[in-house]
Amino acid sequence: MTINQSGWKPSAPEAKDGGAPATFTGNKALMLEEALIFEIGSTDTTGVDIVPAPKAASRLGGLTRDAAIGLPGLSEPETVRHYTRLSRQNYAIDLGLFPLGSCTMKHNPRLNEKMARLPGFSDVHPLAPVDTVQGALEVIHQLAHWLVTLTGMTSVAMSPKAGAHGELCGILAIKAALEKRGEGHRKVILVPESAHGTNPATAAFAGFKVEDIPATADGRVDSEALKARLGPDVAGVMITNPNTCGLFERDLKDISDAVHAAGGYVYCDGANFNAIVGRVRPGDLGVDAMHINLHKTFSTPHGGGGPGSGPVVFSEALTPFAPLPFVEKTGEGFRLVEEETADEHHADSFGRMVAFHGQMGMFTRALTYILSHGADGLRQVAEDAVLNANYVLRSLENTLDAPFANSGPCMHEAIFSDEGLADGFSTIDIAKALIDEGFHPMTMYFPLVVHGAMLVEPTETESKAALDQFIGALRSVAERAKAGDASLKTAPHFAPRARLDETQAARKPVLVWKETLAKAAE
Amino acid sequence: MRYLPLTDTDRGAMLSVIGASSVDDLFVDVPEAARLSGPIAGLPNHASELAVERHMTALARKNTVAGEVPFFLGCGAYRHHVPASVDHMIQRGEFLTAYTPYQPEIAQGTLQMLFEFQTQVARLLGTDVANASMYDGSTACWEAIGMARRITKRGKAILSSGLHPHYVSVAKTMAKYTGDALETSAPTLTAETDIDALIAAIDGDTSCVVVQYPDILGRIADLTPLADACHANKALLIAVVTEPVALGAIRSPGEMDADIVVGEGQSLGVGLQFGGPYVGLFGCKDKYVRQMPGRLCGETVDADGKRGFVLTLSTREQHIRREKATSNICTNSGLCALAFSIHMTLLGEKGLRDLAGLNHALAVHAAERLAQVPGVSLVNDAFFNEFTVTLPVEARPVVRTLAERGVLAGVSLGRLYPGEDALANGLVIAVTETTTAEDIETLATALQEVLA
Repeated sequence: MTINQSGWKPSAPEAKDGGAPATFTGNKALMLEEALIFEIGSTDTTGVDIVPAPKAASRLGGLTRDAAIGLPGLSEPETVRHYTRLSRQNYAIDLGLFPLGSCTMKHNPRLNEKMARLPGFSDVHPLAPVDTVQGALEVIHQLAHWLVTLTGMTSVAMSPKAGAHGELCGILAIKAALEKRGEGHRKVILVPESAHGTNPATAAFAGFKVEDIPATADGRVDSEALKARLGPDVAGVMITNPNTCGLFERDLKDISDAVHAAGGYVYCDGANFNAIVGRVRPGDLGVDAMHINLHKTFSTPHGGGGPGSGPVVFSEALTPFAPLPFVEKTGEGFRLVEEETADEHHADSFGRMVAFHGQMGMFTRALTYILSHGADGLRQVAEDAVLNANYVLRSLENTLDAPFANSGPCMHEAIFSDEGLADGFSTIDIAKALIDEGFHPMTMYFPLVVHGAMLVEPTETESKAALDQFIGALRSVAERAKAGDASLKTAPHFAPRARLDETQAARKPVLVWKETLAKAAE
Repeated sequence: MRYLPLTDTDRGAMLSVIGASSVDDLFVDVPEAARLSGPIAGLPNHASELAVERHMTALARKNTVAGEVPFFLGCGAYRHHVPASVDHMIQRGEFLTAYTPYQPEIAQGTLQMLFEFQTQVARLLGTDVANASMYDGSTACWEAIGMARRITKRGKAILSSGLHPHYVSVAKTMAKYTGDALETSAPTLTAETDIDALIAAIDGDTSCVVVQYPDILGRIADLTPLADACHANKALLIAVVTEPVALGAIRSPGEMDADIVVGEGQSLGVGLQFGGPYVGLFGCKDKYVRQMPGRLCGETVDADGKRGFVLTLSTREQHIRREKATSNICTNSGLCALAFSIHMTLLGEKGLRDLAGLNHALAVHAAERLAQVPGVSLVNDAFFNEFTVTLPVEARPVVRTLAERGVLAGVSLGRLYPGEDALANGLVIAVTETTTAEDIETLATALQEVLA
């Protein structure tokens, strides 16, 4: 069966303004259009050679599939070309600066990839007998040691699959600890306005009531308002440090002490740990639980949206409630503590969060990166990340409104607002024009406490020359937006696509390919 | 510190632009008591690429590599051959080092791939739509239970005894905090699945029935009567597929009218990786799409009228609705979804069906051969590439002994269900295209010797 009888029909050449001729294919030299696999593949094409099956009676219980599935295949050369052409429609950190505040896009060393692909790590089954996977357990144990030491905490749960999954892990440990104390009635989690959007979603998901805590004018949590709200119904707070305004929460230790005195726990969103690693231990600030995005701080690749990895470090108070499984060192080697082997040390564990042991492939990458940098290098990482961000802030504060320019040094990210742009111009116009300059835009409209927020995080792997080019581009674009340059409204002009209609996509969702083009062509 | 491009000259020049005398000035907001004066004690300093390679390689060597021994482990993670071009393509920097496609004009590569992935997954599972991936199968299963609660406004989920026990554990963990009631039980070592018991358990409080297909013992059964019973009671049928290759040989859950089908996509393109990262598959009927968690990619047009793709329906997501969000899920498993999609594209329908046929034929051969070992009985009547045998003794120590002899024999039910004495003699054996006839013979011979 061929899925699309008509094949892919290129659109007819269309004259465009500017004098450049339209092309028959839609391609423009190295800017290549690419059809969907459903338009170019067929169900009887395959790119693999599979040996014939030996003769055997079928034992499929009468459920043999008869209807077609509708999966197109491509030969190997067609497959390689399809995905190569698609890859060229992507911006990536390998191509240039990616100043996404709070997302932390830094260089991804290829040594990490090479080590993760050693068959001794990549070709090992999660349920293999523990005697046959001692090296894998040792990787987890070594990485855990680094995480606990760098954060000054007591233990670490390695299994959470991503930062938001780690948040859930921390919140569930808090819930379990409260229940153990017979204080399950504490239902309120306080979340500052500047918190990551996942924080309140996580707390609500775990059955808590979320109450916002306002920010002060200088971009930090209003610690007086927070302390005033503490009481016997408060389970804890979720606070991001450094926060999403790019600032260090000076009062965190003071807040932690007050929360503890009131019987609550402190969850710290550690998404921005890369700004302080090696210089500050969150444990010294009274934090009870904090997730660490391995992909951000320890440079495992984002892969177009994952996989992430979100180990959670715990204080002594929350350690007994941490999830399983756990890797422990014994006299004979390493053992895996699962439900079946849980002893009194883990009897209060809130359970299992995921089928196996977490993101092993991310652990090998993160450990490789950590060993490469070492304790001295990681400290330098934080210093250079903070230096780069402050350099961007001070280089642009006279061009763009910088709401917290007088609130102290920014940490790893600098924040600007759309104040002062010409009427009708906003952050999105600057972002889209930056695309034409060859840069990925900064984080837009986040955090919510800053109007038209632009959150810029250069990271430590950018050179001064790269920063100077970016600063120049952003300054130029900002000046155009202040002058009301109408061409900004239709940017980007040089990307594979012009501005995309997101409203139409949401109003009439088309989420899978249906033979629309084929039908139109008939 | 080869990853840091700034020189001390750069640093000095930048500090003077900032107006700071030293980098310490940039950390003034850290309370003095929490400021560290030098590198954290007790940890080594930076190392060369060669030194790190040596260290990691030494650790890797301490593991038994699945591909180097006769290997029969499954139970939610399967060893298949991944074509070389899959791993090559996902290492292209434009895929590997891209971020979530929040700027669609310069992320069409990732977005088109996700749209293709969604379509492939929906077709494979037999659902109308699918999302752009979840963390893994177990968390996708939990999210499906939460979704059924939102749709039915009921809070009791009935979990089949054939559902992977780790998936059950994950659901139990989450249910403790959301208040869902879960009905669960351990499987029995029979050829029959628990479909009839599940049908009998459905009542007016039931939000959903969760059934694995093929199940933890490798059994497969027609889900149609269960779907009918669910729908007659306004409950949803959730089917969990941990071995997607099976759907190249047997009918999809969607075809049998399951409302939500979730799965573990690790089998295609991703590899074993000691348990992660994997890729969760999630499909459902059209009418439930706005309750579906996770990211979705949708087709649209750009300002020039050209087809393009964007992330869509994000009003369900945490960054818009905060505490009212459908789920707190933030990242997905994009790169693993890419690997899955490339592998599926290489296979195509023909390749997937051939691959499934080969898996099944080798598994039938292995089942017949192992059943000839004195004391070993085959539990299953029907199976795809994984089946259960019972031994005359506890399986767990047998597996350990076989591992010492260089054979990774399968997953003992004693490991998966430590408290269940009735299951202790059960051994689940998986066979794929990577298993050779010699491997099967080696296992049968070794098993016979150990049991003698």
